[in-house]
Amino acid sequence: MITIDRVSMTFVGADAARTVTALDDVSLTIGQGEFVCLLGPSGCGKSTLLAHIGGMLAPTAGSVTVDGALVQAPRPNDIAYVFQESTLLPWYTVLDNFRLALKFQGIDDASWRDRAMHALSAVDMTQFADHYPKQLSGGMKQRINLARGLCVDTKVLLLDEPFAALDEQTRMVLGEDLSILLARTGKTIVFVTHSLAEAVFLADRIVVMTARPGKVKAQIPVPHPHPRSPDFMLALEFGEIRNELYAILRDEIRATVARMRETRNAGG
Amino acid sequence: MPVGEAMRRDQVLIRSIQFGFLAVLFGAWWFITHSTQSLALLLPRPELVWREMQVLWSSGRLWSAAVITLKEIVEAYAIAVVAGIAIGFFVARSRNLMRIFEPVLTGIFAIPLTLFFPLFVVFFGIGPDSKVAYAATYSFFPIALNTIAGFASVDELYLRAVRAMGASGLQQFRHVYLPGAMPVTLSGLRIGFFICIASVLGGETLAAAAGVGKSIALSAELMESARLYAWIAFVVLASVTLNLLALAAETRSERA
Repeated sequence: MITIDRVSMTFVGADAARTVTALDDVSLTIGQGEFVCLLGPSGCGKSTLLAHIGGMLAPTAGSVTVDGALVQAPRPNDIAYVFQESTLLPWYTVLDNFRLALKFQGIDDASWRDRAMHALSAVDMTQFADHYPKQLSGGMKQRINLARGLCVDTKVLLLDEPFAALDEQTRMVLGEDLSILLARTGKTIVFVTHSLAEAVFLADRIVVMTARPGKVKAQIPVPHPHPRSPDFMLALEFGEIRNELYAILRDEIRATVARMRETRNAGG
Repeated sequence: MPVGEAMRRDQVLIRSIQFGFLAVLFGAWWFITHSTQSLALLLPRPELVWREMQVLWSSGRLWSAAVITLKEIVEAYAIAVVAGIAIGFFVARSRNLMRIFEPVLTGIFAIPLTLFFPLFVVFFGIGPDSKVAYAATYSFFPIALNTIAGFASVDELYLRAVRAMGASGLQQFRHVYLPGAMPVTLSGLRIGFFICIASVLGGETLAAAAGVGKSIALSAELMESARLYAWIAFVVLASVTLNLLALAAETRSERA
């Protein structure tokens, strides 16, 4: 279980104009095995919140605990992190990237190869085990990146817009695969996205955040069992939830756009 | 298969054009020197140069000069590599150190350090030491600068990712910093190597007691043009060989 307790984050800049409050008093509880999407306009602090959960960044106030233990630094044995871009090291083959991820985690025995191949077969990429990342397309890399996050066998998986850099068709296919894959793992998952459809399709619960400073504006449950088939996207229920999300988000998106215009005018 | 074949045919074509160009140059040399004798002092006939090369080779003069020059090159390069990589790595560790030292190193490297060669002779004497010190100083800069650039070019994203995976400081260095910085650092080592050779030979032609550069300068002073060209031919052959070796080493390290 992840408990986010009154977390605030302020990035202090050179002057008051450049000091940014990214998160303002955010509290959230995420249950064991739950799939939660953090949804919000760009710059609302959702990636910042994920970095707090992952122990990559310390909040200025409040605390994050995972299963009762305070998160103050990366905890590779409990938490895996998948970033927006592929973070496969380009100078190693796919398989060596897995070996390293397991080695960093302290798994240095003969089991690594089986685990790596198992994770690769889960995303249907075993035939690329000996390829270098630059020989793969963006979608393939992100697929493997995901498999690496699954392979390290943590209770918690954090995904920071893992499909943001991909084209729409690739991300749809990956989203479907992810739903099937994650239904099996039973991991607790926090997924950051700004895509409404992605959030509805994947999440058990969607946490909608406000424009900067980020607060929790609403929490929308998606009561539909996993794994979800592509047909779910055509269901009435899907459309209703997406429309509800859009209604909630519209004001926040407008607020973000207005703020950006203001900053530009002030700057120019 | 057809793609590979087309590429190979492309390679053959490129090589034949390159060798054809050399053959044309050589033919022009032969033709000019055999159609007029008036250039003999500036441009000796190829066969005379070839005979001088054989004389230098068999008399042992080539070897006694080459040993001195090679020793200077090896010593100077070793100093430059150790100092360049150590200082480059040290500076690259901190953004502030980089902001201070990178422009300074770039600035000094922009000065033609040849101007300071007489100072090296004053400090280190006419013997090999002045050439070693001068060449080490000159080739230090590209090595240090490329080492800094190499370590600075390591993508922050990879570091964040491996930290999230629990990599220790040493593991971060071994698996991210080092391989990430390698290509740029290696090209610095290569540039430094050729600057080192050029500096040693250049220094020797300016002020030295012995060595290949000194022999070239001496032949020029004595107007022994065939011998002068013979020395130059040996240097050209050695440089081409070294360049091929360096390229092969670089390709291999890229593949590894």
